[in-house]
Amino acid sequence: MTDPAPLGRADVAHVAALARLSLTDDELERFTGQLARVIEHARDVAALDVGDVLPTSHALPIRNVLRPDEPGPCLERDVVLAQAPETEDGRFKVPRIVGDAP
Amino acid sequence: MSGWETVVGLEVHCELRTRTKLFCSCRNAFGDEPNTNVCPVCLGLPGSLPVLNEQAVELAMRIGAALGAEVRPSTFHRKNYFYPDMPKDYQISQYDEPINVGGHLDLPDGSRVGIVRAHLEEDTGKTSHVGRAGRIHAADYSLVDYNRSGVPLVEIVSEPDIRSAAQARLYAAELQRVLVATGASDGRMEEGSMRVDANVSVRRAGSPVLGTRCEIKNLNSLRSLRAAVEFEAARQVVLLEAGDRVAQETRHWDEQAGRTLAMRSKEEAFDYRYFLEPDLVPLEPDPAWRDRAAAAVGMLPGARRSRLAGLLDAPGPSQADQIEALIDQGLDDLVVVAVAAGAPAALAMARAANELASSMEAAVAMDGGAFAALVVLEGQGRLTATQSKAVLAEMLASGGGDPVAIAAAKGFESLPDDALRDVVGGVIEANPQEWSRLCGGEDKLTGFFTGQVMKATGGKADGKAVAAELRRRRG
Amino acid sequence: MSDAAPLSAVQMAAAVRAGERTAADLVDESLARIGRRDGEVHAFLHVAADEARAAAAEVDVMAAAGRDPGPLAGVPVALKDNLCTRGLPTTCASKILQGWRPPYDATVVERLRAAGAVVVGKTNLDEFAMGSSTENSGFGPTRHPRDPSRVPGGSSGGSAAAVAAGYVPVGLGSDTGGSVRQPAALCGTVGVKPTYGVVSRYGLVAFASSLDQIGPITTCVADAAVVLEVIGGHDPRDSTSLAGPPPRITEALGRGVDGLRVGVCRELVDGTAPDVAARVAEAAEALASSGASVEEVSVPEMRYGLSAYYLIAPAEASSNLARYDGARYGLRVDAEDVAGMNTATRTAGFGAEVKRRIMLGTYALSAGYYDAYYGKAQRVRTLLIDAFARAYARVDVLVGATAPTTAFPLGDRVDDPMAMYMSDVCTIPSNLAGHPAISVPFGEGDDGMPVGVQVLAPALHEERMFQVAAVVERAAHQRSGSPQGGRS
Ligand SMILES: [Mg+2]
Ligand SMILES: [Zn+2]
Repeated sequence: MTDPAPLGRADVAHVAALARLSLTDDELERFTGQLARVIEHARDVAALDVGDVLPTSHALPIRNVLRPDEPGPCLERDVVLAQAPETEDGRFKVPRIVGDAP
Repeated sequence: MSGWETVVGLEVHCELRTRTKLFCSCRNAFGDEPNTNVCPVCLGLPGSLPVLNEQAVELAMRIGAALGAEVRPSTFHRKNYFYPDMPKDYQISQYDEPINVGGHLDLPDGSRVGIVRAHLEEDTGKTSHVGRAGRIHAADYSLVDYNRSGVPLVEIVSEPDIRSAAQARLYAAELQRVLVATGASDGRMEEGSMRVDANVSVRRAGSPVLGTRCEIKNLNSLRSLRAAVEFEAARQVVLLEAGDRVAQETRHWDEQAGRTLAMRSKEEAFDYRYFLEPDLVPLEPDPAWRDRAAAAVGMLPGARRSRLAGLLDAPGPSQADQIEALIDQGLDDLVVVAVAAGAPAALAMARAANELASSMEAAVAMDGGAFAALVVLEGQGRLTATQSKAVLAEMLASGGGDPVAIAAAKGFESLPDDALRDVVGGVIEANPQEWSRLCGGEDKLTGFFTGQVMKATGGKADGKAVAAELRRRRG
Repeated sequence: MSDAAPLSAVQMAAAVRAGERTAADLVDESLARIGRRDGEVHAFLHVAADEARAAAAEVDVMAAAGRDPGPLAGVPVALKDNLCTRGLPTTCASKILQGWRPPYDATVVERLRAAGAVVVGKTNLDEFAMGSSTENSGFGPTRHPRDPSRVPGGSSGGSAAAVAAGYVPVGLGSDTGGSVRQPAALCGTVGVKPTYGVVSRYGLVAFASSLDQIGPITTCVADAAVVLEVIGGHDPRDSTSLAGPPPRITEALGRGVDGLRVGVCRELVDGTAPDVAARVAEAAEALASSGASVEEVSVPEMRYGLSAYYLIAPAEASSNLARYDGARYGLRVDAEDVAGMNTATRTAGFGAEVKRRIMLGTYALSAGYYDAYYGKAQRVRTLLIDAFARAYARVDVLVGATAPTTAFPLGDRVDDPMAMYMSDVCTIPSNLAGHPAISVPFGEGDDGMPVGVQVLAPALHEERMFQVAAVVERAAHQRSGSPQGGRS
């Protein structure tokens, strides 16, 4: 098994951007060190040869959990909008959107 | 554009006609007051969890059956990206194990387009942009309504088998008919029930290599689809012929300007970080359910088309158009019933396609037996074409009725045979020169004499009987 | 503690149902104890005094009318603040959710209320349940009730401290990698992580969805059994909820361990502090002298648990926590455009540990690293489940330490995430496998702080696990010379 490259500042800057977090230079430095240590520890797992082992995402084998197509109660709009930072015309107001949904 | 080939693959998002949303029991309805069909689940409130709607699975399997896809055990993934119309900032969608794999769609022109997959996923909310011109890039702010958030979608991805803008339109139109036939969709593009993304590239004719493609997002009418593909292919050819290259990008269709525009995307890497949705479990519909879903698919447009064509000896081009019109209008069953009751097929088709289509609502409610009886009367020559149309108009206006009684009330009875003979004799006497020319072989004068007879009888004469009498007299 | 030992939940409910005590009194006493001490301990983020008094009054009305108010009649409970409560603040100890009041109750909260329990408030936690000391709270740490210079463990440190301080007999926590059991052990209380799917997660604010389970923290095993019976059982709102009736556990408590095979799990003893290891050995001896056959068992794959966990849990968390974007609820920090607003909000609203885990999880899932990290961790999970199955072919339950050490001083591990993560090394394997585990207090360490012994069982064998836990508890009481422990 090939070892993945060690985690560096550029990786942390990249994932911070993907996760919509902004980091100061100091934070970037500190987080890089901390995350690198965790990833370093995870190398025992990364190095394992488990090619023929199936992944487990659900610990228990449940299947076909379905709901009948019957309408149920919705929330009151006032209740929903009361929690919002900003609203207008019964809708959630957000700053302008630059760029489209992918 | 000569020497170039257009290559198109389409991704069609189809909203499913369920009563509730994909993962919650909020109503799946179009046009309600904003943010009234919402709950913790479809608002992505902390702590809420999705539970899969059984009927959405059923409808997805029907779509699979209609497209000849393989219905498979499937799973849901999370597609992670930030966008304010998506309340969880991830979309639950099927990824590497979709419910329907493979299949194809046969188009009315005889071509076949391969289907890659048709998978289940959730719709987003609806964003409206407020401010300068209401346009997305110039907006001051945006407003979000989550009524549509979580509405079930099936995304149908075609192979890049489409070779022209016209064929792209044909594919989308035929898919729309298929979706309606399955009962999965109302096919209303203007309400967003069906939305099309087109992947367009061009290449030198005969080249086996695909060119760089652009994706045109959210085409919401068949007309825009055709126009957008046409424009985009031409744009790419101009670039390539000038020695430039096509940039792989997502583009908008600007309906007003009639052109595609590159979207001003934020400098942002998209990495969806797909992983198996841990809040849902695998879906493995048993064979009995899959069979039930397949059996629930209505008659597909292809089958309807060949059923009508099969009623005719050799359909001509205008009849092919009639067949398309009848299927689109849902009048083909009426024709089949009429023919089974003894009506001549071509006549039944013509009356349904022309007369009934003018008053669709009444036509759809028309009693098959009454329509059949009318076409039979006309076929037997007991009503003339003019009379038949008048009776049909009356039936449509009054919401039905017995064609025999309506004809009698209008005084439509065909001329007795001896009376017809007298009228024909009189017309020949009044036009001796024309008669000798007809007898001399000038066949087109048949029309002249038929017209004269009709005039003399006030339209009561049957055209076929007139022709027969003229032939008899010519000897 | 200055107060006389308060009643257990079972005793309280019995008294209320018999008309000997009123729920109103019990709740007032609970509120009074909170008022006296919680300035120092800081177990609660929000005390819902008015709502609690109103709920207690309802229970009393029911009891007076001769109707049964339920198996937890009048019992004051403390809820970890990542459980949604209708109309009550639910913050996850995060500034990003400050002021948010959910429009709905979590399923467990509904069930507790229906059983007559009275919610007295919401307890502190490591922000979004990410931590092992409750120091990562956005609203200040919780202190150990027995020694305020130490941490109560975490992330359910507030609920564990609330029970240990005698405020309430029952707290609910959530356990993703040990967040119920580890603070229970550090605080000297009982803590249960049920089989994944036994307790509905609906209304539990997600940290790592495939690992999260809600569990009780109580003063005694019998109370934990009753609470689990109340909150467990199928919920159609959670797709991962197991079908079938709620678990039946209480009957098993008196069965003893005669003939049961107990495995002392080497990986849950090696590497723990000597005083902790000594208590585990004593508990094993006690089980042996109660009739169990005890042997040493090794599950070597447990050694990969920590690594697998710190890839899987952050990965799921990075996705679960994306929704805190400032658009619909909670904090918003304004900016020019929506992406800027998302970033400003998340940067201001999340604490350092949450940011670390979001970035770690984003990394583990990102293109190019998925196979090496997340994909690999999921396969290791399979290895671990298989290894457990081999162990359970030999023994009925496994025992070991709950935490490697007793409660540590505040500030000791905050700057060293890896050291903090090691606190969960003994509890993580059960989450990865989806198996149940319970921590039972068993004596003290050299520092006088409580030690917890952990009993692990195969999936859905809660009954057997409680059967063994009850014997461990009895032995612990005998060891400390407490007559019957004064409880249950
Ligand atoms: Mg899609
Ligand atoms: Zn909903």
